[in-house]
Amino acid sequence: MSALNIKKGSNKHSAYNLRPNFSDIEESHTLAVIVDNEAGVLARVIGLFSGRGYNIDSLTVAEIDHEGHTSRITIVTTGTPQVIEQIKAQLGRIVPVHRVRDLTVEGRAVERELALLKVNGEGEKRVEALRLADIFRANVVDSTLDSFTFEITGTSEKIGAFADLMRPLGLSDLARTGIAALPRGA
Amino acid sequence: MVVQALKDQGVDVVFGYPGGAVLPIYDEVFQQNGIQHILVRHEQGAVHAAEGYARSTGKPGVVLVTSGPGATNAVTGLTDALLDSIPIVVLTGQVPTFMIGSDAFQEADTVGITRPCTKHNWLVKDTAKLSAIIHEAFHVATAGRPGPVLVDIPKDVQFASAIYTPPQKVRTGHYQPQVKGDLDAITELVAALETAKRPVFYTGGGVINSGPAASQLLRELVDATGIPITSTLMGLGAYPASGKHWLGMLGMHGLYEANMAMHDCDLMINIGARFDDRITGRLDAFSPGSKKAHIDIDPSSINKVIKADIPIVGDIAHVLEDLLKVWKSRGRKVNAEAIAKWNARIDEWRKVDCLSFKQDGPTIKPQHALARLEALTKGHDRYITTEVGQHQMWAAQYLGFEDPNRWMTSGGLGTMGYGFPASIGVQMAHRDALVINVAGEASWLMNMQEMGTAIQFRLPVKQFILNNERLGMVRQWQELLHGERYSHSWSEALPDFVKLAEAFGAKGIRCSDPADLDDAIMEMINYDGPVIFDCLVEKHENCFPMIPSGEPHNKMLLGEASTKDAIGSKGAVMV
Repeated sequence: MSALNIKKGSNKHSAYNLRPNFSDIEESHTLAVIVDNEAGVLARVIGLFSGRGYNIDSLTVAEIDHEGHTSRITIVTTGTPQVIEQIKAQLGRIVPVHRVRDLTVEGRAVERELALLKVNGEGEKRVEALRLADIFRANVVDSTLDSFTFEITGTSEKIGAFADLMRPLGLSDLARTGIAALPRGA
Repeated sequence: MVVQALKDQGVDVVFGYPGGAVLPIYDEVFQQNGIQHILVRHEQGAVHAAEGYARSTGKPGVVLVTSGPGATNAVTGLTDALLDSIPIVVLTGQVPTFMIGSDAFQEADTVGITRPCTKHNWLVKDTAKLSAIIHEAFHVATAGRPGPVLVDIPKDVQFASAIYTPPQKVRTGHYQPQVKGDLDAITELVAALETAKRPVFYTGGGVINSGPAASQLLRELVDATGIPITSTLMGLGAYPASGKHWLGMLGMHGLYEANMAMHDCDLMINIGARFDDRITGRLDAFSPGSKKAHIDIDPSSINKVIKADIPIVGDIAHVLEDLLKVWKSRGRKVNAEAIAKWNARIDEWRKVDCLSFKQDGPTIKPQHALARLEALTKGHDRYITTEVGQHQMWAAQYLGFEDPNRWMTSGGLGTMGYGFPASIGVQMAHRDALVINVAGEASWLMNMQEMGTAIQFRLPVKQFILNNERLGMVRQWQELLHGERYSHSWSEALPDFVKLAEAFGAKGIRCSDPADLDDAIMEMINYDGPVIFDCLVEKHENCFPMIPSGEPHNKMLLGEASTKDAIGSKGAVMV
């Protein structure tokens, strides 16, 4: 028996398991991060997410202003409202980050993704794939006698639905770009 | 060019260690007189020394080390500076640009390794940009929430020449953190402060980092309102320990009255602290009845752990200045009657006298050693550094700090081995001051090689080692939480510290008898040179008060009363 009046072998072995119960409803947010296009900047952003245990559901990055050396990183992330606020504050702290915009908070943004799908098949399956592609307004960008490569643009849900339909028809390869997004209106 | 850039940034001391990839810069250092170079014995020591320099002066500390192992050895210091928000500029050599990526001799991906442990870092690939980047590095290190930065300079970039860019011509770009707080939020805080019945100031290292003006304004605010004030480990000295409204440190090993005041307050005003887990304890029971205001220069600190009712983003000095202005213009109102009652309640808590201890028997109690150190050094121009562990907490409890920048300790990272090199950095900045490193024997051994530095540069740093032949804090946790199974928490094969001091050419003093303690401490103070003071203390003393993990502030273990007989008696303690 300890003279200190606390149980020996207590299971509270660490002072670190003290996370409070903030609102635990997870939300998906689309963030646009404008950064200096310099070496290592993407690593800084990704390192922040992995180092602090945040989620990345989708990530798109490309230079948008060659003269101004800026790139736009579009990140879709999920977390509780408190975590989302932390992510934005932490991103804002990175020196080459110019601006962080939460497109989900600013109002519904236009979000689009592009995908390439390779579908191998013959006969009726091949015809069905082509028919469905037409319905989804996917374009054929490459074709052989026993395969099609489709290009499709749209929301992530649309691309997901199209891919699901192609799976039994011989989908062999799928490449998705991740989401690019802009706020609606001027 | 590097040396010129450092001079233009007002650098007078550089802590470093040469190697192949920084030889061109060292050649420049050799051919000038304006900057003094302090040769450390290990790169980690260089960064901690720079931290000590920075914390005691408010100026950024500068480090110069080589590529590969030089850079990786600096990583602990960088992380330490990041967690405690200390401005440090580290210059590392790198293999020539055309060899990067070839696994060349002493090559390491320095910017990759140090990315998560610096505020920002740069790999300079073009000599034309070198001077501008160094100036930008100083700006980033000191602007906003301070922190460490690193500039990696390949050897060919060091050799090449280019046109120098003076600091005035450097565009510091978009990195301009907000310093002025939102006036509406400040007014809201003033309104809350005017009516609060049980307010408390909870201050942190942000006040120190903001500069001496912030401490002045804080003192003015506290003394004018009569509101009690507590501080984190990092913020000690911002408000004087002798001040009327001082509660002492709060947190896991904080004072009873400070933690009780935090728990029972109705308005908590957090000034430059970050609700660290050592402060808050159990979060869902953290100060349940209070409205919380949080002033911080870093927006990511706000709402990170504790939801702030009144968040204010800004530099402490700027915000406090505005706060005082608004408060004065509204008629300097406080709920004086309620605050008097509140202070009376706090006085009741004070009577618990949670730091009391009994020095009896033939062994020196560590608390007694520090109380005597405090009494005998109080009047001196004194700077204290510490290592990490029980001695660190006792030092925070038993030493009083009257001014900011006098207390240098590794708070966030808790780096054993920090204190000795830090004391060297402090002494470099304050050649005539009394600089004492309060240490444990285990921590101290982690960077003991720096004894060579202290001797070489005639730095009379005093190493006050509370030697309990244990990793005291680890042992304490093992006692409380791991069924007294003391797994690897004792120090065997310790050196003879007196002989060790003599081997380096320093003075060694050993003291084991309480009756000799005062004379021995005076001997240490009066010796003109570095001293290793081996103070043999009670081996099984625990550090109290203590908030056990997973408990709120009002569930403190006060220790002494309940453990006085148990601790130290052979029957109860199984060693």
